[in-house]
Amino acid sequence: MRIQITVNGETRSHDVEPRTLLVHHLRDSMGLNGTNVGCDTSSCGACTVLLDGLSVKSCTVLAVQADGCEVVTIEGLESAEGFHPLQEAFRASHALQCGFCTPGMVMASVSLLADEPHPDEARIRRGIEGNLCRCTGYHNIVRAVRAASGPR
Amino acid sequence: MIPAAFAYHRPETVDETVALLSELGDEATVLAGGQSLLPMMKLRLAAPEAVIDIGRVPDLRFVREGKGHLVIGALTRHHDLERDPLVGKRCPLLGEVAKKVGDPQIRHRGTFGGTLAHGDPAADLPAVAVALDATIVVVGPQGRREIPASALYRSYFETSIAADELIVEVRIPFTEGAGGYEKFTRQAQDWATVGVLAARCGGTIRVALVSMGHTTLRAGAVELALAGGASIDEAAALAAVGTAPVEDLRAGVEYREHLCRVLTRRALEAASA
Ligand SMILES: Cc1cc2nc3c(=O)[nH]c(=O)nc-3n(C[C@H](O)[C@H](O)[C@H](O)COP(=O)(O)OP(=O)(O)OC[C@H]3O[C@@H](n4cnc5c(N)ncnc54)[C@H](O)[C@@H]3O)c2cc1C
Ligand code: FES
Ligand code: FES
Repeated sequence: MRIQITVNGETRSHDVEPRTLLVHHLRDSMGLNGTNVGCDTSSCGACTVLLDGLSVKSCTVLAVQADGCEVVTIEGLESAEGFHPLQEAFRASHALQCGFCTPGMVMASVSLLADEPHPDEARIRRGIEGNLCRCTGYHNIVRAVRAASGPR
Repeated sequence: MIPAAFAYHRPETVDETVALLSELGDEATVLAGGQSLLPMMKLRLAAPEAVIDIGRVPDLRFVREGKGHLVIGALTRHHDLERDPLVGKRCPLLGEVAKKVGDPQIRHRGTFGGTLAHGDPAADLPAVAVALDATIVVVGPQGRREIPASALYRSYFETSIAADELIVEVRIPFTEGAGGYEKFTRQAQDWATVGVLAARCGGTIRVALVSMGHTTLRAGAVELALAGGASIDEAAALAAVGTAPVEDLRAGVEYREHLCRVLTRRALEAASA
């Protein structure tokens, strides 16, 4: 089936099999392999991208469901001014070790801050509940999201 | 993991959807948010020959106010329920329960119709429908039909919705006060080991139980005791009467019964605060 998705601002058409998962479409057809596949069972959030502005697990969305929609991946966050404030905050707060969970963590945090610009620590923890990190113990990730959200 | 191949249909109206459902019969499955169906298809626990994606059917994603009830479209997402002002005013418990479903990514995709149709006794939102005696409106080849929430569930993942019927909307009575939903989980982002919902509606207290049997249950003994003037403690002690919890990875039977009593007390306390 022919689908058209706008990914990181660029609209492209592809023929896909209906059973193609969005994450495979992004990685294999569009060459955007910043989005990782971790658990492949909807649990870990490593595959999180924005679909029409909201975070989703791209291993649990069909590419055909995203037809006509807008997708933002980790590659789409950087602008002419440089890193996105959340990317910068993750770097500055040492919010990653191996980095595997990081694209998903950052995308989940972008969605959280769009929804709620100044969450307190408890809300941040709830906001990234769908993302697992095996390395950091989460403290620095929470700090990074706090730093990026700035004071109220 | 990739689902088995299927034919993909994307109808644009309810009528077209129903026509496809009756034409394709048992081979076809409706896809709404996909947050239950796609994981099952990836694990090949489900392998429908045809998938009917209702995601683009217009006018199924709304919250409206009716006489004494809210009308909620089947494609209304959990995330919509969390933040909808009408839900917050008329049935705040629905929004509170929605907040406790899965994680943000799941709530951004999962739909109210989908969770009701799925028939998982561990799901959170069906407890609201069952406690409040909601009405599920379905459309099939013979037209519209209303299913009372009390007649919706038959067993694990088995509902009284026919294979060629589509949930289009749900009517949920207004509640009085905030009510309470106690969801006990082993970890962040988990299904309820046990969940207890207490709501005030039409001058009575309604109690529904999650993960306490093959379907979402009403705690009839608790409601009866309260109506007869029992204290919260006395009523909560009866919470596991008539339930049939199973033993699984999360908990054994006795533990679930114990949780059920404790959580019922807490939910009732919240509902009478
Ligand atoms: C990681 C994870 C964690 C989760 N945690 C929780 C949790 O804590 N609590 C909880 O309650 N749920 C949880 N869920 C499930 C989630 O709430 C699902 O969104 C919901 O169960 C199904 O809604 P859906 O729109 O995604 O339906 P789909 O997956 O699209 O469909 C589910 C079933 O319903 C049928 N269906 C869908 N819409 C209709 C309709 N309008 N008419 C007739 N049939 C229809 C489909 O054919 C299918 O059989 C979780 C899911 C995941 C992946
Ligand atoms: S890979 Fe999608 S949630 Fe883990
Ligand atoms: S940094 Fe290694 S999984 Fe999070």
